[in-house]
Amino acid sequence: MALLLVLALGVADLNTSSSIDAQVARGHYPVAPKLHDALPLLGASGKESLADLHGKVVLLNVFASWCQPCAAEAPLLERAQHLLMRHDGTVLGVTYLDNSGDSEAFMRQHHLTYPAVSDVSGNLVRSFGVTGVPETFVINRSGRIQALLRSQLDGQWLNQTLPKILGLST
Amino acid sequence: MTRPAPRIALIAALALLLSATGALAAAPKVSLTAVEMQYMCTSCHEPLAMVESPQAQSEKQYLRGLIGQGLNARQIQHQMVAQYGLSVLAKPPARGFNLTVYILPPAILVIGIAGLIYTLPKWRARARRAAAEHPQGAPPLAPGDAERLDDDLARFI
Repeated sequence: MALLLVLALGVADLNTSSSIDAQVARGHYPVAPKLHDALPLLGASGKESLADLHGKVVLLNVFASWCQPCAAEAPLLERAQHLLMRHDGTVLGVTYLDNSGDSEAFMRQHHLTYPAVSDVSGNLVRSFGVTGVPETFVINRSGRIQALLRSQLDGQWLNQTLPKILGLST
Repeated sequence: MTRPAPRIALIAALALLLSATGALAAAPKVSLTAVEMQYMCTSCHEPLAMVESPQAQSEKQYLRGLIGQGLNARQIQHQMVAQYGLSVLAKPPARGFNLTVYILPPAILVIGIAGLIYTLPKWRARARRAAAEHPQGAPPLAPGDAERLDDDLARFI
């Protein structure tokens, strides 16, 4: 019985990522999960949830300080933050499988100015079907996942994705 | 007349005692090798001592920091869970769904033993019945077969 339950939970976990990916690919953008889960902010007191950012375009980036691709994409994320800030949006870093001291050092080292939260339990990232780092999701102003990338960011993807979601492209 | 030698010796002994106490206080209460088996690499799901992935190295570095602060095993565990979540523990706490880890193996063992206690006498009784029905074991060979077998054996021996 317990083994069956474990199997079912595993299959359900796999389905989370594939169903989000499939819905985004079909253009049926799913509502971002765990909108009201408030997570502790890195390097600051207080907590932040996706619901707090409702109405903004949020580029949610899951990262860890020990992850080389995360370091490689950091300058792109900071550039995206400058663009998003001008158009009522933000990057939100979510550190996962990392200790907060190292994550804060990573943010400082790469001069990242956007807010970041720590998902110690992994509940938020799991609900997005995250299986590793880095992974990136773009949540539109309606709180729906409109784009995602389950690998290292590249400038081309950002240039194609962000202006469209911000309503800047013709 | 003063006698400085015993006083100097006393001061030296006190200084030695104080430095030894200080060293004892600063000495780590646990070693990395002693505690790393209690933790998992949370991204690779392997015991921390067995892997050298970037995430495992980061965890080990954090552990070294905690050990260097002189924390005891319980305090280290508290800090590790606070930073990495419950999945960092090699031995999950016995509550909630984790209870299955502790209950399931002995339950399976008990059920298995009970099953054997129930079925073994039946198997043995069935074997005894079969033996009683066929007391001579295998049926005798037909004369032609026996002759051919003898010939074959004579050729090979």
